Amino acid sequence: MSATLAAKRRRSALRTLAFLSPWLIGFAVFFAYPLISTVYFSFMHYDGFRPPQWSGGQNWRYVFAHYPLFWPALRNTLWLVVVMVTLRVVFGLGVGLLITRIKTGTGLFRTLFYLPYLAPPVAATMAFAFLLNPGTGPVDSLLERAGLPAPGWFNDPGWSKPALTLLALWGVGDLMVIFMAALLDVPKEQYEAAELDGASAWQRFRYVTLPNISPIVMFAVVTGVIQTMQYYTQPLVAGKVASGVIQGAGTQFEPGYPDRSTLTLPQLVYNLGFQRFDYGSACVVALVLFALSMAFTALLMRRRGGLIQAGD
Amino acid sequence: MTRRKALLGWIAVHSLGVAAALFFTLPFVFVLLTSLMSDSQALSRDLIPHPWEWGNYRKVFDTPGFLTWWRNTLLYAGLGTLLTVVSSIPVAYALAKFRFRGRNLALMLVISMMMLPPQVVVIPMYLFWAKQLDLSGTLWPLLLPMAFGDAFSVFLLRQFLTTIPNEYLDAAKVDGCGDLRTLLRVVLPMAKPGIAAVALFQFFYAWNDYFGPQIYASENPGAWTLSYGLESFKGAHHTDWNLTMAATVLVMAPVILVFFFAQKAFVEGVTLTGVKG
Repeated sequence: MSATLAAKRRRSALRTLAFLSPWLIGFAVFFAYPLISTVYFSFMHYDGFRPPQWSGGQNWRYVFAHYPLFWPALRNTLWLVVVMVTLRVVFGLGVGLLITRIKTGTGLFRTLFYLPYLAPPVAATMAFAFLLNPGTGPVDSLLERAGLPAPGWFNDPGWSKPALTLLALWGVGDLMVIFMAALLDVPKEQYEAAELDGASAWQRFRYVTLPNISPIVMFAVVTGVIQTMQYYTQPLVAGKVASGVIQGAGTQFEPGYPDRSTLTLPQLVYNLGFQRFDYGSACVVALVLFALSMAFTALLMRRRGGLIQAGD
Repeated sequence: MTRRKALLGWIAVHSLGVAAALFFTLPFVFVLLTSLMSDSQALSRDLIPHPWEWGNYRKVFDTPGFLTWWRNTLLYAGLGTLLTVVSSIPVAYALAKFRFRGRNLALMLVISMMMLPPQVVVIPMYLFWAKQLDLSGTLWPLLLPMAFGDAFSVFLLRQFLTTIPNEYLDAAKVDGCGDLRTLLRVVLPMAKPGIAAVALFQFFYAWNDYFGPQIYASENPGAWTLSYGLESFKGAHHTDWNLTMAATVLVMAPVILVFFFAQKAFVEGVTLTGVKG
């Protein structure tokens, strides 16, 4: 009797293993192994040609103390987290509120608001590089016609991050959809009760809407921060296009053009690993990136009544 | 009085709506119009093409490599999506419906993988694909991992599959279906919207991917994808914004077309990722 039970258990374990097997292999080969390997290389001097050599904490010291691009990249990331993430959440919520109020042509408006989010990042960045081209671009033309100052956008270190923020606000469709769903879930009775109590529009938003959607706001902020850690394609392409670098023509691209203002951490991994062939130091930056991403991921998973429910 | 107030409210909301719609659509309009200008006009302050240069699009297609990038992108996005969906379904099903020790741990690891920036592991992965398997200059380093379950797709599908009531599975078991048959005959037909959402996301991911092709395909223009090749377009044509914008339109258009055909599945997927059921 117990023998058949044990056999049954073994079969059930095998079944689970069989169903999980693609991911188990993927986890081992594309996550666990390279992660351990990254830690290993971070203590090695390795240029891809001579065999790796133990170098102790040299790569770590180099990245934190001497690599000129590390701190500018971290500062840029902080700027983007504070300004870009905040504005995206506020704007996303605003557009979400707007779309729930629109009663005529809702479907059309929703589609139009959502479309830019779908534009492939490289294509969207190229489009904005053109729109914001200093002097000749349509945006500066319109600003000049209106008698306003025309910024240098992607060519001006003080304006490149605001330009990227504008691009990010244009693609706010993902947040709009999430906020829209959350706003429609707020119980109608609460609004009616608030109205009976004579609450103003602002009071209704402050005391009914916000408390109801605060978990979603939190979710949007944390995922926004995680996305900002990984922010790569847009700042890189914007810098490359603005600096006029020709790809594949052997021109060395100045990372973070203009004046390191568009550098982000993932770009450093590329710069150290694939332009300087300093794989060891590239792995140090990779681990910094890993630590930051995982810290925020843990925050996302540990929230009470977690938004991402690990177990149910 | 209240009626007037309601009308004024309607006007205010819809004016704001129109203003927002302009913000979201004008960039597309400018890009489209510029793609139909002559190269000198594209640098001028004109907003309307004169004359309309429809030949720009022909020139883009005649650019050496453009059709190859197109083919590579379809291969990467199409085959990649197929591999991802097929390999992620059983994993998601096990995580959603099987009871086993370590399930929560596995799910947490899936989420961690999902949040992992690709740059974190790129050095060992590059050394693995390029130095050990000699596959750099091809798209295989990007395609092969997709046959082993993509974390984001597993997570999204798992969220979807947990919403299927267990009664259906139990009924299938009573009817004598094994696990695989239950998955194929009972669960999959009910999971179609979730699968569609995952397929769309993965298709878009591959279509948009820039970092992957940059690492593995950059040395061989024959393996470039549209997202990667588009940038070189600007370089090759210097300040020819008109042709660059025509190419940009051609990279954006398929994604937007796919969206219009599958809007519902897509929006459903977006809400699934963020909001708990």
